[in-house]
Amino acid sequence: MKYIDEYQDNKLAKGLAYKIAQRSTKTIRLMEFCGGHTHAILRYGIRQLVPRTVEMRSGPGCPVCVTATADLDKAIALAHLPDVIITTFGDMIRVPGSYSSLQQSKAEGADIRIVYSTIDAVEIAKTNPRKSVIFIGIGFETTAPTIAASILKAQQEKIENFFILSLNKVTPPVMRALLDSGEVKLDGIVCPGHVSVIIGSHPYEFIPRDYGVACVISGFEPLDILLCIDKLVEQIEKGEPKVEIAYPRGVKPEGNRKARQLMDDVFEIGQANWRGIGIVPQSGLNIKGKYERFDADKAFSVSPKPPREPKGCRCGDVIRGAATPLECKLFKKVCTPERPVGPCMVSSEGACAAYYQYGIPENSQSF
Amino acid sequence: MDDSILLAHGSGGKLSHELVEKKFLPFLANPALNKLDDSAIFEASGRLAFTTDGYVVNPIFFPGGDIGKLAVCGTVNDLAMNGARPLYLSLSAIIEEGFLLIELERIMQSIKKAAEEAEVSIIAGDTKVVNRGQADKLFITTSGVGIISPGVDISGANARSGDKVVLSGTIGDHGIAIMSQREGLRFSMTLESDCAPLNKLVSQMLEVSSRIHCLRDPTRGGLATTLNEFARQSKVGIVVEEAEIPVKEEVKAACELLGLDPIYVANEGKLVAVVDPADADKILTRMRKNNYGRDAAIIGEVTKEHPGKVVMKTKLGPSRIVDMLSGELLPRIC
Amino acid sequence: MCLAIPVRIVSIDGNEAETEIAGVSRRVSIAFTPEAKVGDYVLLHTGYAIGVIDEAEAEETLKLLEEIASLSEVH
Repeated sequence: MKYIDEYQDNKLAKGLAYKIAQRSTKTIRLMEFCGGHTHAILRYGIRQLVPRTVEMRSGPGCPVCVTATADLDKAIALAHLPDVIITTFGDMIRVPGSYSSLQQSKAEGADIRIVYSTIDAVEIAKTNPRKSVIFIGIGFETTAPTIAASILKAQQEKIENFFILSLNKVTPPVMRALLDSGEVKLDGIVCPGHVSVIIGSHPYEFIPRDYGVACVISGFEPLDILLCIDKLVEQIEKGEPKVEIAYPRGVKPEGNRKARQLMDDVFEIGQANWRGIGIVPQSGLNIKGKYERFDADKAFSVSPKPPREPKGCRCGDVIRGAATPLECKLFKKVCTPERPVGPCMVSSEGACAAYYQYGIPENSQSF
Repeated sequence: MDDSILLAHGSGGKLSHELVEKKFLPFLANPALNKLDDSAIFEASGRLAFTTDGYVVNPIFFPGGDIGKLAVCGTVNDLAMNGARPLYLSLSAIIEEGFLLIELERIMQSIKKAAEEAEVSIIAGDTKVVNRGQADKLFITTSGVGIISPGVDISGANARSGDKVVLSGTIGDHGIAIMSQREGLRFSMTLESDCAPLNKLVSQMLEVSSRIHCLRDPTRGGLATTLNEFARQSKVGIVVEEAEIPVKEEVKAACELLGLDPIYVANEGKLVAVVDPADADKILTRMRKNNYGRDAAIIGEVTKEHPGKVVMKTKLGPSRIVDMLSGELLPRIC
Repeated sequence: MCLAIPVRIVSIDGNEAETEIAGVSRRVSIAFTPEAKVGDYVLLHTGYAIGVIDEAEAEETLKLLEEIASLSEVH
């Protein structure tokens, strides 16, 4: 597969790994913000290709993991309303809310359908005119434009029964919140590649400028991630933090203007509730007044019971990079992919699920 | 006859008899079944293997097969995986009221073809009809009996340190072929399910070697789950090389699209064998001569290390643990 | 957020395109990439092309990686 296979080349990976090992003298901590990166890092064994001086922590870039329990409870409550079809990405279906999950609701008779694209959700609304079709809108800036596009499509085709529950969030504000909290000392950030295809590189400039933290945008193939780590190490060793693009085939500094225009037309920025972090101002996307008839929050009224967090769950700490999954007492013993306690174990890109699935064998070598 | 199944077809009366005579017997005809007694009578002596399976696949028609072919091959393969030569199958169908007879015929035709290829007879059957909405079109349950030659001892608990792990061909074909038909996924490909009867492949393997320790077909849960089952049952570790596992380009691409890992995707015409290292090469050579083993490869070996766990050496060098499938294989966007 | 794969545009039909990757075909929306042409590779995320792949940059990156690898071989 073009643009995938070449970036998995063995020889080139070893070359990069060697270079990083040679260059890295100080012990540094990097955070991969994006859940897709957490997954890829563990799947390709990146930790074993980088020297022990480079420590990697997972961040809150897993849209499933950071969906507030109260928001998930709301989605579940909506699922139980009469004549409602819930459409959702597969990622959300098994996440435990306070009392139930979408999967459990489906077993109880709620009409919940997994879709690959918002286009499919709109189709479902078209073919089921007497039902209300609600799409659970999760994701960051990569996905938000597609959700905006679905609202415009529904408007264009005069579809009256399509709604979005907007739980979409934006990336830079939560990065600032994390850095402000000072909870985890970071030397560099592996920035999300596909979010950056949309937003470009400029929104990250505050990271080196205000915090002195190195910032490199990475793709998702193993060579992309290694190249990103190489550039981060270089910046940190030189003491010259800046924003760099290590994924130039996908990311332009100005990003995708058309996609952002669509987002700006449909959404406005407001506060959002991030699981494990709490309210982060200016970090959520709400549907603008002119499209309010598509807003599930305005069209439906549900009052789920007050949210509760499972006892002993450290998803919040893991999401903020303040703990690794191995430091959670429930990890593997109580919380497993079969019986997940928190979202980090359910989402295939949640740190806990990735650690569980791609565990490192005890006697494996590090470079 | 009408063109769809009615409740009366399942009531045991005239319509039931007509259904059996016109829609089942012509495809399954054999002396035992044709007697239409309450049970089929046969003789067999030696060690017998017996298995049963239910088939509820949706969609019932998919590229490369249908629920009928799946039912025959699935049960034939379960018998073959214990080294048994499949002899007889039973077939029980639960049909939803309103199911089209023309589709039933198509499925029976598939069953006939699959049974002929596998050289098994279906000697007992049953049909029930349920109200519309109480079954998803058609559910099939098959049971099968086979005979194991003396000296053949194949079990998931027999793997030994040093054994080689042999895979009969490309993985993920069936699961991806099914997913490509699911509502909402909307991608098209020429890929077909690999659904196939493997009993002849197995008997050919047994002809060249008496040191085949384990056999299993990696159906639901995929290759990863099967390897974990062997590791746990035999209390051994298994190491596989990612680069050696054959995967079709289309399957790789579809997995990338959906965020899936091919080692967890279901197969219906593949087997994993754990064999004595001295015989591995000749077994591999023999497998490759069979159409269903043409892409066979040695993918790993059994070790004393990390008993109960499966480790995969990735393409780039580092190793990682491969666990069983957890939950369902769901497409993801992240 | 993250899963986007490179697919090749085979034909364009207004706001949509037929795309292909290793034998798998899919119709995608090019609403965000109106500049895309037949033969271009785009990044596909949940049914939408979110960006056109810059082939020249891709080449540059691989060249850089080759240089790095050959330097490490010297040692």
